[in-house]
Amino acid sequence: MSEPAGHAPEASEPILEVRELTVHHGQLRALDHISLRVFPGEVYAIIGANGAGKSTLLRTIAGLHQPTEGSIRYDGQDVTRIRPERRAISGIVMVPEGRRLFGSLTVEENLQVGATYARRGPWTIERVYELFSWMKDRRAQRTEQLSGGEQQAVAIGRALVANPRVLMLDELSLGLAPVVVQRIYGMLPEILATGLTVLLVEQDVSQALRVASHLQCLLEGRTTLEGKPSEVTPEQVEVAYFGLRTAPAGEGSEEP
Amino acid sequence: MVWVNDVIQGILVGGLYALFACGLSLMFGVMKVINLAHGDLAIIGGYIAVGVIAVTHIPVLWSFVIVVPLMAVLGYVLQRTVIQAALDRSILTTLLVTFGLSVVIENALLEFVNANSHSLGVNDAIITSSFSIGSQISIAYLLLLIFVVAVVVLLSLQYFLSRSRYGRLIRAVADDREAAQLSGIDYRHVFGIAAAIAFATVALAGIAYGMYSQFSPTTGTDTILLFAFAAVVIGGLGSLWGTLLGGVVLGVAQAIGAQISGSDEFLAGYIVFLAVLVLRPQGLIARRATS
Repeated sequence: MSEPAGHAPEASEPILEVRELTVHHGQLRALDHISLRVFPGEVYAIIGANGAGKSTLLRTIAGLHQPTEGSIRYDGQDVTRIRPERRAISGIVMVPEGRRLFGSLTVEENLQVGATYARRGPWTIERVYELFSWMKDRRAQRTEQLSGGEQQAVAIGRALVANPRVLMLDELSLGLAPVVVQRIYGMLPEILATGLTVLLVEQDVSQALRVASHLQCLLEGRTTLEGKPSEVTPEQVEVAYFGLRTAPAGEGSEEP
Repeated sequence: MVWVNDVIQGILVGGLYALFACGLSLMFGVMKVINLAHGDLAIIGGYIAVGVIAVTHIPVLWSFVIVVPLMAVLGYVLQRTVIQAALDRSILTTLLVTFGLSVVIENALLEFVNANSHSLGVNDAIITSSFSIGSQISIAYLLLLIFVVAVVVLLSLQYFLSRSRYGRLIRAVADDREAAQLSGIDYRHVFGIAAAIAFATVALAGIAYGMYSQFSPTTGTDTILLFAFAAVVIGGLGSLWGTLLGGVVLGVAQAIGAQISGSDEFLAGYIVFLAVLVLRPQGLIARRATS
């Protein structure tokens, strides 16, 4: 595992900074003044239950939703109004929820599309084939024929070949068997060793706690907990995740 | 022997119908736009060819060198402006907008070009002459040429889509434009490229039709668009080779219909069209479903 950069003042400027972000889906307020600062080399995990706004947050950072309020700064520049494709080219690359591969393209073509406007960097299609050793032999297959875990690997590879500075992973574990999830998260140290920063969203809290250097919990569009995994207790996480009050004024007595 | 000749003529005309249809099919396959102005744009291509030939005196067969790039540019511009604006609202809006475009083009042509029929290259030997096989079969050089052009266009399109970088991007954007954006791809630009290619084939269709027959401002909707639709539906929406098969089936049905009775020519084609819609709505060559 690479060293978490920590938040020491001399560490550096945040590579990604979200300030007071509010996003609406129609009338519904999906995000309510969310702020976060991601520093280079971190694994920043956002956890929360279904509908907490985690995916909306990543999609807004990627540029797929426009916020009603707030700003997104990347590498010292305001990117709030920049188009998603420009953000991707500048180094914010997302592995979307549900993988979203190009189904009629082969594995290799998916990677080639990801590499079309790649930044300079360590990741090439060959390097992805080294990371996922099965992939090269099956590069001519259409991605529709792959298993869910294999598709997820191709989706990660498609993002990596763009040589992102910030890699955003949206619910990698969704719909995958636990052993497959373990294997994919097992690749994370090798990916981090190439010097990128990871911002991930995960429903599976224990998985997120295992890999994260910083943790933020969302509930109904608001931040309910933030800190290093070593500094938060499981009880705190549970309360933040489910929104249960710790019964300060006798409310808890109504619970069965 | 009469029937053999009918089938051969039908197959050859099918090449022309495939030229009508492949641009329509491409635009639907990539951006889900059903371009109701498709036929009128082909006619614009024909009128541009008339103008270009009148001004430059180049041979009819070479007019495509000027008309095709002009139409491709028009395709890119229309896609990036009017059609994209409609797409940003909804797919249904594109139907309304391209229908409006069709009406505008027809009326503008009536206003500025007048309602007389035009045709291309009636004095060219290669366009009017034919050769015979036996006593019953006579093949027009022009139809054979159009058929060959259609096959070459489809082959090049297939090669471009499957092998080139832009072809790959076009397929990716057709699959999932949002995922393409996440890979840094400006799908609007890719749509523009696809429209430019579609309009280039439309230009060829317009020139080919002008040499094969006569056109007037209304030919776009009453002939070309209808035959293009029929060929696309028979062959299979979004399938390139389906447009050739659809065109050929339509052409053969029309030729046989005409043999039965002169007034049954088009009826026979539409009966086949309806039969396919009822019995095999996905078309003879169904496009592989994408997730």
